[in-house]
Amino acid sequence: MVDTATPPSRSRDLDKLLLRPGNLVGPTFEPGTELREDLKEYVKVLVVGAGGLGCELLKDLALSGFRNLEVIDMDRIEVSNLNRQFLFRLDDVGKAKAEVAAKRVMERVSGVNIVPHFCRIEDKEINFYNDFSIIVLGLDSIEARSYINAVACGFLEYDSDDSPREESIKPMVDGGTEGFKGHARVIVPGFTPCFECTIWLFPPQVKFPLCTLAETPRTAAHCIEYAHLIKWDEVHSGKTFDPDDPEHMKWVYEEAVKRAELFGIPGVTYSLTQGVVKNIIPAIASTNAVISAACALETLKIVSGCSKTLSNYLTYNGVEGLHTKVTEFVKDKDCLVCGPGVLIELDISVTLRKFIDLLEEHPKLLLSKASVRHRGKNLYMQAPPVLEEMTRSNISLTLYELMDKVPKDIIHVTGSTRRDDKKTSCLRKLRVVFKGVEGVTDMDMAGGA
Amino acid sequence: MAEPKTKYDRQLRIWGEQGQTALERASVCLLNCGPTGSETFKNLVLGGVGSITVIDGSKVEVGDLGNNFMLDESSVGHSKAKCVCAFLQELNDAVKAKFIEEYPEALIETKASFFSQFTLVVATQLVEDAMIKLDRICREANVMLVFARSYGLTGLVRISLKEHAVIESKPDHFLDDLRLNNPWAELKRFAESIDLNNPDLVVHKHTPYIVILVKMAEEWAKSHGGNFPSTREEKKEFKGLLNAMKIALDEDNYKEAIEASFKVFAPRGISSDLQQIINDSCAEVDSNSSDFWVMVAALKEFIATEGCGETPLEGSIPDMTSSTELYVTLQKIYQAKAEADFLVIAQHVRNILKKVGRDPESISKTTIKSFCKNARKLRVCRYRLIEDEFCNPALTEMQKYLTDEDYSIAVGFYILLRAVDRFAANYNSFPGQFDGAMDEEISRLKTTAVGLLSDLGCNGSTLTEDLINEMCRFGAAELHAVAAFIGGIASQEVIKLITKQFVPMSGTYIFNGIDHKSQLLTL
Repeated sequence: MVDTATPPSRSRDLDKLLLRPGNLVGPTFEPGTELREDLKEYVKVLVVGAGGLGCELLKDLALSGFRNLEVIDMDRIEVSNLNRQFLFRLDDVGKAKAEVAAKRVMERVSGVNIVPHFCRIEDKEINFYNDFSIIVLGLDSIEARSYINAVACGFLEYDSDDSPREESIKPMVDGGTEGFKGHARVIVPGFTPCFECTIWLFPPQVKFPLCTLAETPRTAAHCIEYAHLIKWDEVHSGKTFDPDDPEHMKWVYEEAVKRAELFGIPGVTYSLTQGVVKNIIPAIASTNAVISAACALETLKIVSGCSKTLSNYLTYNGVEGLHTKVTEFVKDKDCLVCGPGVLIELDISVTLRKFIDLLEEHPKLLLSKASVRHRGKNLYMQAPPVLEEMTRSNISLTLYELMDKVPKDIIHVTGSTRRDDKKTSCLRKLRVVFKGVEGVTDMDMAGGA
Repeated sequence: MAEPKTKYDRQLRIWGEQGQTALERASVCLLNCGPTGSETFKNLVLGGVGSITVIDGSKVEVGDLGNNFMLDESSVGHSKAKCVCAFLQELNDAVKAKFIEEYPEALIETKASFFSQFTLVVATQLVEDAMIKLDRICREANVMLVFARSYGLTGLVRISLKEHAVIESKPDHFLDDLRLNNPWAELKRFAESIDLNNPDLVVHKHTPYIVILVKMAEEWAKSHGGNFPSTREEKKEFKGLLNAMKIALDEDNYKEAIEASFKVFAPRGISSDLQQIINDSCAEVDSNSSDFWVMVAALKEFIATEGCGETPLEGSIPDMTSSTELYVTLQKIYQAKAEADFLVIAQHVRNILKKVGRDPESISKTTIKSFCKNARKLRVCRYRLIEDEFCNPALTEMQKYLTDEDYSIAVGFYILLRAVDRFAANYNSFPGQFDGAMDEEISRLKTTAVGLLSDLGCNGSTLTEDLINEMCRFGAAELHAVAAFIGGIASQEVIKLITKQFVPMSGTYIFNGIDHKSQLLTL
């Protein structure tokens, strides 16, 4: 027991939660100074995104007992970020978000170390993500969530009886906001539904039919999309439209105004033009603060066990009064991403080239341009060119040989697939079993292809 | 200067220039700038609130560095209000920021008049006694008040003011005002001018569903004694009729008509919520009535006379499959009717203002127009005095919460948040605030909570041992993540109150950081 005469400590408030036994806590909770020091020393948290949620998350985590943080974001700071991304100032416009955010938090919270990564999430080796105890997502795109989810679920290993292996679980906490609304969720791969199990929660974005834009425009948005999607290409053959070029935006706006006048349609403004073309989602500081705080709190609870955790999806709506709701979604046991993996049976004579072709035709996968990895070793990489060249000679070899003649094992493939008519990059875990090799004749087929 | 517009772009898309102007004119005061207060004001300063005054009498201790981002090593020993204010100013130089190094309790006790200069006061981490006193002061001075408190894994947010009337409530989902089963003459005439049986497929598939439904509803009513489909069978039959009108499979306009047919089935006239507002005694206006109630009185007259039971028309229509020409014509028909209704209401407003002895032009056309457009969505929020709630909580609600599993933790925290203040008044510290003698603290808190329950008239009700233990474990800790959550909500409510847009929360919000089953309690 610490007595009241101990020297003043920064963790005065947090200590109450971490050092004292509790009644409504997680099953693994072991209160004490050791727990507090372990959080500082050994727990590494990755924050994905350094925007509205990311800035808040870094601050919240740095003040929740974590010392080792990393943040990844490919964006640069813009003026329109400043109404909520509180770590950035006007002078920072144009700089990398991840770098400025990391620096600012380290300046204010002594002892915290934040490593910034100014790049795309796909640019990192898969193993980069395995280095973290937990991954916290502050993103605004479905594709990016889907990618990180697949990476984290890819680390999950199953026992022979199809139960997830404790040490391979990479928990995630995901937040998202739009205006006064938001969500926070906890994903424990193998136990709670992963992003892909509940992908239906994110309906595809509705697009205007081209014939409406071309023939029967009715709203200001129709006129804007006509100028943006049809007229631009007609006039500027070959030149790609750049939404960040103010001259381009101005051109689209002026064309939209002309079209609106022609049809007697009111309401085209420059601000609406930007909103429609860039698909701007309204964003305010307060909702980001609420959602990030919920995510940071769950992160602390998952890692330390100091309280029960959210099970497993929180929705928040502040438009009319205040509504929060917790929903316990269930796992899709056949999920391609967090399940035990798609089972693929192969003859030992199948070459890597043939295998890659097979993935493209596989009805569940439809994965084109696949890169293949086995136990951290690149068997074939489509890019970058230097890796492609290094691994090219493998494609005529048999997969069986390349996998060191094991009768069965997990391999990871990345490539592109189509979702809602849009190409997206994806990562899949496959359970490859070689036919006729000793020891696999009575292989459990549950959950297989 | 284009920069502020760009800076605020993402929020202007939510509350518009008008909301932003209201924010920029507001003067808000913060009592206590621990993490809960600091985080609340961070969000307000980022949004561009006009001016802030930070009030806190304490000096920064090392322990404050662990939960407050606005403080750093160099702050230790200095005025907390000064340090927090300096950081807040750094976030947005358009905001006028000042601080006063003084304990809020002292101001409440000795300088009640001080608070009347503000648009709104955010009071954080106050105990019961100070809350009650401040509430009386702000109510008297007509200053809006928001309480926020973080305590371990729980906390609360509570708005207190006499009345908050909202014109632009901007609900997420609201039935369009199309009058499909009650068309006015021009809409009826327009619908009659269109032949649904035109064999030209291009014309047929570009007839907007408004026209289809107005005509079909009228036809139905003719053959059903003036009634519209009301039973499940009738509704199904009506949709079947619509489906049979298709001459090609891909007619989106008929698909839309079937999907929108519920708009025909909706009852005519005004909602019970609006009925309640026009029946409110405040709608009997005099020279002291607010502009809002003068307009409600005008609305009441309109509904009873020219409106024939309906509000003024909103005047906008949703996008729907249509030729451009028909759509634009329809839009103009709706707009014209809305404009005509507005002129009638404006006349009522002038008459009423004259009658109560005010300048008949004292309410601007823009305001009346906005009022007409939002007439179906008006909201009036009223809040009990904190003292009334504390002494006389709504007992039936309380009993309901205490026995409802979904509410049990939240109401438990509500009771315990009050019990810890009684505890602190008796023992000069919060339960578990210092280490040692935890068992004794737990039993004392339990006794206090049971006493409180019995004072409230909930004899026999108990709280779980688990929750009481947890409350002692919390020991009045202000955890950063909890403070950021509570501060986020408090700032959101402040913005709703100042912009007079959206609907502020009612009752007391109790945060449950254990499993996030937080609740609003109306007591």
